[in-house]
Amino acid sequence: MSLSGAVITEPVAGPKLKAHHLGVEYDHDGIRMPVLEDINLEIADGEFICIVGPSGCGKSTLLNAMAGFLSPTAGSITIDGETVSGPDPRRILVFQERGVFPWLTVEGNIGFGLSKLPRAERQARIAHYVKTVRLEGFENTYPSDLSGGMKQRLQVARALAVNPDILYLDEPFGALDSITRVIMRGELLRIWQAERRTIIFVTHDIDEAVQLADRVVVLSSRPAKIKEVLTIDIPHPRNISSPRYLELRDELLKQIGLAYEV
Amino acid sequence: MNTLSQPRSWEKFLWPLVTVVLLLAVWHYSVIFTATKVFPSPLSVERGVSELLNKHVLWADIGDSLRRVAFGYGLAVLVGMPIGLLLGWNSAANQVVNPVIQLMRPISPIAWIPVAIIFFGIGDRAAVFLVFLGSFFPILVACVSGVSSVPPIFRSAGRNFGLSTTQLIARVVFPAALPQILIGARIALGIAWLVVVAGEMIAVDSGLGYLVIDSRNSGKRYDLVVAAMLMIGVIGLALDLGFRRLEKIKSVRWGFRDAS
Repeated sequence: MSLSGAVITEPVAGPKLKAHHLGVEYDHDGIRMPVLEDINLEIADGEFICIVGPSGCGKSTLLNAMAGFLSPTAGSITIDGETVSGPDPRRILVFQERGVFPWLTVEGNIGFGLSKLPRAERQARIAHYVKTVRLEGFENTYPSDLSGGMKQRLQVARALAVNPDILYLDEPFGALDSITRVIMRGELLRIWQAERRTIIFVTHDIDEAVQLADRVVVLSSRPAKIKEVLTIDIPHPRNISSPRYLELRDELLKQIGLAYEV
Repeated sequence: MNTLSQPRSWEKFLWPLVTVVLLLAVWHYSVIFTATKVFPSPLSVERGVSELLNKHVLWADIGDSLRRVAFGYGLAVLVGMPIGLLLGWNSAANQVVNPVIQLMRPISPIAWIPVAIIFFGIGDRAAVFLVFLGSFFPILVACVSGVSSVPPIFRSAGRNFGLSTTQLIARVVFPAALPQILIGARIALGIAWLVVVAGEMIAVDSGLGYLVIDSRNSGKRYDLVVAAMLMIGVIGLALDLGFRRLEKIKSVRWGFRDAS
């Protein structure tokens, strides 16, 4: 369902997001530390991409560069053919935790990026996304009274409310307990199928990646390069004990170098 | 089992009351046993309080002291908060100004009394100036540290939604730092009340501080001295309790609890 007044992006020829020989180096007391090296990636509009890799390899760095919070030291990132040069409301980054504003209510948080809209439209947009993330009845609640899962849903709602083309999620369920995490995956898929945004999702959880993604990008350890891009060719809803699922999961574990080790 | 760490509701009032009664008893009997002619007993202080109330000077003095605090403290908030926000935001500016702030901060406002009198003469403005000095630095320092300890995630999120720097400060940095700013502002209000009394003993001829020194100088009325001291304590407590209500406001309450 699309909202009245919401901008509907014209389908563009070519990729939505393109990383071209992307490299990022950190400067540690004058010593150059390469984090990302020669990343080449094309992501189509509406695609659900998961980025996995060993911890500390630079997954978040890649996401921050794509979101414009970090300037690449080599190569470039383009979105709709336009070079990314800074953060932009057309693409919103959702943080692992503590991303919601504790001084605002649920409504205040969702409406945060909507101050330019006329009041009636803002209220309609807030109501829509309160419903989308199933926070009805909590409109006037402050985040300190919400559970971890509700806070993350709130963060997703705040991001979706400004109608972004791309949603970047940085281990958004990493701080949640395992049951809530599974429920949240289902919620995110439901929202993604309803709203059809491009989603780029960083996770360290192999199962999460195989359950959610259209394609999984596997990064190597530092300096990170793309090791493999795996297409998950199972339609939703995915049966997590089907042979194909287990096969892809094994393949991913093998790529990361963890297969048959436990 | 119930202990004092989890008091029943009536115990919350009973035990403090017992403390007060014990203190008054110790005071009362000490005055009797030492047979002092100078220091008043609780009963004569109570008579002193009603004498002050009947003469109506007390209300005028309370009003004068509160007015000086309101102006001096209000000015400190109006000046200290914007400067503090700016310095907290711009660490380069903070590095330039901080040494001077750290040098000025430990100078007691009392030491400024002679300077205040040169600047403003004996009168309201000297007292207001002293109150301003006393409350300005705690507010400034709380703003600087409050702003610089705002989690970077909040700033990133704000920028992601397309806020300009001014909007970011107003809509993200200020509310995020507000709990810490309020703590500084509350300390500042306490200091303001301490300073106004001290200032009034020298720099003006009205107010509760003047009442204390005047009661001593004109006839060694120590009953009135202690009565005025009690009023200073009661009003200071009331100011603090009033300010604490601000911390209960929902949009800042998150900063005053251990929970996220």
